[in-house]
Amino acid sequence: MPESVLVANRGEIARRIISTARRLGIRAIAVYSEADAGLPFVAEADEAVLLGPAPPASSYLNAPAVLAAARATGARALHPGYGFLAENAAFATAVIDAGLTWVGPPPAAIEQMGDKINARNLMERAGVPVAAGSREPLTDAGAAVAEAASIGYPVMIKAAAGGGGIGMSVAADETQLRAGFETARSRAERFFGNAAILLERYIPRARHVEVQILGLADGRVIALGERDCSVQRRHQKVAEETPSPGVTPQLRARMLAAAVRAGEAVGYRGAGTVECLVDTAAGDFVFLEMNTRLQVEHPVTEMVTGIDLVEQQFLIADGGLVSFEPMSVSPKGHALELRVYAEDPSRFLPRPGTITGWHEPSGPHVRVDAGYAAGNTVTPYYDPLLAKLCVYGPDRAQALERARAAVAQFQITGVKTNLPFHAELLASQEFGSGRYDTSIVARLRP
Amino acid sequence: MTEIRAEMVANVWKVVAAEGDQVADGDTLVILESMKMEIPVLAEGAGTLTSLAVAEGDVVQESDLIAIIE
Repeated sequence: MPESVLVANRGEIARRIISTARRLGIRAIAVYSEADAGLPFVAEADEAVLLGPAPPASSYLNAPAVLAAARATGARALHPGYGFLAENAAFATAVIDAGLTWVGPPPAAIEQMGDKINARNLMERAGVPVAAGSREPLTDAGAAVAEAASIGYPVMIKAAAGGGGIGMSVAADETQLRAGFETARSRAERFFGNAAILLERYIPRARHVEVQILGLADGRVIALGERDCSVQRRHQKVAEETPSPGVTPQLRARMLAAAVRAGEAVGYRGAGTVECLVDTAAGDFVFLEMNTRLQVEHPVTEMVTGIDLVEQQFLIADGGLVSFEPMSVSPKGHALELRVYAEDPSRFLPRPGTITGWHEPSGPHVRVDAGYAAGNTVTPYYDPLLAKLCVYGPDRAQALERARAAVAQFQITGVKTNLPFHAELLASQEFGSGRYDTSIVARLRP
Repeated sequence: MTEIRAEMVANVWKVVAAEGDQVADGDTLVILESMKMEIPVLAEGAGTLTSLAVAEGDVVQESDLIAIIE
């Protein structure tokens, strides 16, 4: 284990990493922006360093400032969390060159998976199924139209360097493709500094199911089950569960094996997630992308396996053994995660503001990973995630029942949240049946 | 006269329209950004944009005036 770790993130994930670090006796160092000075993660760290003003470019994306904070505090390791600098291969390299332990995969693996076109091509060669789509980046609408004609409509338009659903859209014909292509290009340039676009065959009524993998220090790659992330708005996840109610044991075995091959193909180490689309009609799946970091929804996997994934990240980064027997993991029970966002529950528009009251549910089967507390201000600079409400049950029906009770107990005042949406989701026949797909939110909000 | 106000705390990312423009109902006037989301501010009714109270890079608070259409 490293003696100390700098956590280069904010909010709930910084707090969650600090919590495991402290439990393991690792000195936890937080970094924060001026806007976040009052948040719990800053108070709970052993030490905290101000990075700069609120905008991400001046704070959490400011690599020189983060590295300077590591030097100033004598940090021995750096954990990037998710988002911000987590999937920046040049930053990972700079951390390693500065003599720190990078709590993440090898920079080469980040680089290979970071470009979605390269990742698709690599996966296809490794025998992982991919959807029909671009093998080379598209930079003009004319080329996109020709490509779509060979793929066949409808197509999904995506930024090659993208993430978080930004710029993504579905085109059913050439007119929609031309419009969506321009939007995607401008957003890709603005958010990711890379305008390259790819097209992929769009699969209607698909489920979004991902596999948690761990690349061990000895080179083996193992899969720790799947998570169903089909409840999405604007192509961003709102609720997740494990196991997926839409995956049969046979399909699960094939998906887990493919995810292991994906990790092996890039020499993966540490925690990563292989995202797939499951075609519910065909009972088949295709590779979507790989997230080379800890995933937001990792707690559901922790709840059904009893494994602390952040602890394994520290152990693997240090070249050590994981804390469990890698070949005998068998998940038990059912877990749900509901993302509590500062947004209005009907149109899902962001609602920054000051939290006047915060009462979260508790109990043996409830876990709340929260980034905020009463008195904190939610600013417009970062994403709207306030907390992750996670619930466990011996089976799906009991997990749902406990989730309904926990949502009813969760009281946040001062800012609007999507908790009322979660109550509706949990009460809906479609979610309750388990037979849902990525269009479920659109059906609940016609 | 229609006053168009900010629905939430946000940064002004892009000003699309200009003072003096003739606008139609539903035209995009300004694009705000909050919590990694772009939020277009639309004309509520047709007319002349007589006042545009924000500039790119500004921070608006909930209910701040963005534009006046007459």
